[in-house]
Amino acid sequence: MSDSNLPLLIPFIFLLAALFVPLAGSIRRWASQPLAVIACLASLGCSLAGLQRVFTSGTMRHYLAGWQPPIGIEFVFDPLAAIFCVLLTGVGALVLIYSGPIAVQEIMGKRIGFYSLAMLLLAGLTGMVVTGDLFNLYVFLEISALASYALVAIGDHRAPLSSFRYLTLGTVGACFYLMGLAFLFMTTGTLNMGEMARMLPLVNQQPQVVIGIVLILLGAGLKMALFPLHTWLPDAYTNASSPATALIAPIGTKVAVYMMIRVLIITGFPPIIAAISWVAAIGIIAGSILAISQTNLKRMLAYSSVANIGYIVLGVTLANPLAFIGAVLHILNHALMKAVLFMAAGGIFNKMGTLDISQLRGLPKKMPITTAAFLIAVFSMVGIPPTGGFFSKIYLIFGAIEASAWVFVAAILISTILNFFYFFRVIDFSFFKPYTKSDPAREQAGETMKMDEMSPSMLLTTLILSAAIVVVGVYNGELVDQFIARAVPGF
Amino acid sequence: MTAFEFLQGYSAYILLVVVFAIGLYGMMMKQNLIKKIMGMSIVQSSVILFFIVSAYKEGATVSVLDPALGLENPDLYLNPLPHTLMLTAIVVAVVTLGVSFALVIMIHKRYKTLHEPTLLELMK
Repeated sequence: MSDSNLPLLIPFIFLLAALFVPLAGSIRRWASQPLAVIACLASLGCSLAGLQRVFTSGTMRHYLAGWQPPIGIEFVFDPLAAIFCVLLTGVGALVLIYSGPIAVQEIMGKRIGFYSLAMLLLAGLTGMVVTGDLFNLYVFLEISALASYALVAIGDHRAPLSSFRYLTLGTVGACFYLMGLAFLFMTTGTLNMGEMARMLPLVNQQPQVVIGIVLILLGAGLKMALFPLHTWLPDAYTNASSPATALIAPIGTKVAVYMMIRVLIITGFPPIIAAISWVAAIGIIAGSILAISQTNLKRMLAYSSVANIGYIVLGVTLANPLAFIGAVLHILNHALMKAVLFMAAGGIFNKMGTLDISQLRGLPKKMPITTAAFLIAVFSMVGIPPTGGFFSKIYLIFGAIEASAWVFVAAILISTILNFFYFFRVIDFSFFKPYTKSDPAREQAGETMKMDEMSPSMLLTTLILSAAIVVVGVYNGELVDQFIARAVPGF
Repeated sequence: MTAFEFLQGYSAYILLVVVFAIGLYGMMMKQNLIKKIMGMSIVQSSVILFFIVSAYKEGATVSVLDPALGLENPDLYLNPLPHTLMLTAIVVAVVTLGVSFALVIMIHKRYKTLHEPTLLELMK
């Protein structure tokens, strides 16, 4: 097929853009952002064309330099990869459009670097999604990880240290993955995913294979911040600049989940997943409880990310079609929700000058549209229909019921109540404790009740994403039947 | 297979797993950021050597065609794939080191110390 190089094109456009963004930025300072957005939209176009082709004529494969696997590196664009590519490039494009005005205010001198790194991050993430080779996956993993370390380091005065901790833990995660890969490679002699899936049943139950799978899952767990391994995430998200958090938080950890899904599909869902389900269930509850005790808005959202990764991992490791659909739908929903929440948080920090939850009084009067978008995302997080979050949780609960795992059903339901608690604190402070003139500390700060919204491009992208949350909720039946159901592997 | 045979047969791998564990210890327990970087480097090196050891064969030569040996017996040549893979992994390791040193320089410029508990105290 002449057009089968489409899967390669998606990460390649980003790699090329990472090179040209600094060049354009050095000639005209303002040019770096439009170029990054254009590259992201071009890649989104490729992803959409690929999505359409995958669902009409089946999986696309591209052999790098014409070498057939298992000798050469293969790029596979199957339904799951197509869904992820559209999600990554779509959310990425909207966040990059959003980041224009706020980057001028928060990271003025570092804009060119920011957009170049954002391109490298997206190149790594989309590369991980389309590759069909386990070592190539490691290389893309490290490209995206190194870009995100640098992106996190652009932030307030605490950012370099939190980025350093992220770097050390992220590198250990990658080393665990590589060590596990060494075990699998030594037993099967191949690095191609399809080839390895064929070889592993022949050598299954050997201790080397089991050790390899456990190490790889441990590495993926570190990268996706699964509960006991999450310590790097809250600091990294809290101290990074608003545009960097809005870019990394929705899509960064999801791709590590994708890596775990791929490895589990290759290895045929080994028995270890039962243990991971329990870890994920504990993570859901623990992440929610930790989120309740936070006073900083961004930090609270970061802990809620930890809890939501728990939902997704639980859905994947329950290993039945309903739970898997729930997990993929929740990846989609959570990316949209977290993008809206962090984009709104960026705007709030920009206009209110604080992220302390107890200082948010008067928010609905000052920024009514942002608050509306924020509320839609909150409803989706808690799981109120017709937002998307409700339907992904329903699928997860049905999946857990099908597996007769009543403890996990209880965990999801309890965490919904906990979700309500920590988001209600924000609503409580912002709506029901209105700003009064008699508050001397606030008066000194010179704050007014005047309406002061985010700039139009930031507002528009936030609203598009929050509309997408509702659309995903309303059309979830079509979405599942047309797309996600066809990405479900055989269990 | 007795325990002794196992230790003898897999001595190189066991040693590298021990090195991996030493690196992890350094990263977690040491309080100086430079020592943490050292630990990280040790972990990376152990994984790289793990791959290299897996390619080793007794009595084999480099994987370049030798007319005297011919092509009939592949046991006479080493497996070149792990070496080339690790070339990439070394590049990744070097870049990670570069980024981590850049971060350490930024931290030191601002706080004049690299002792982690002191840094956490200063950042409150």
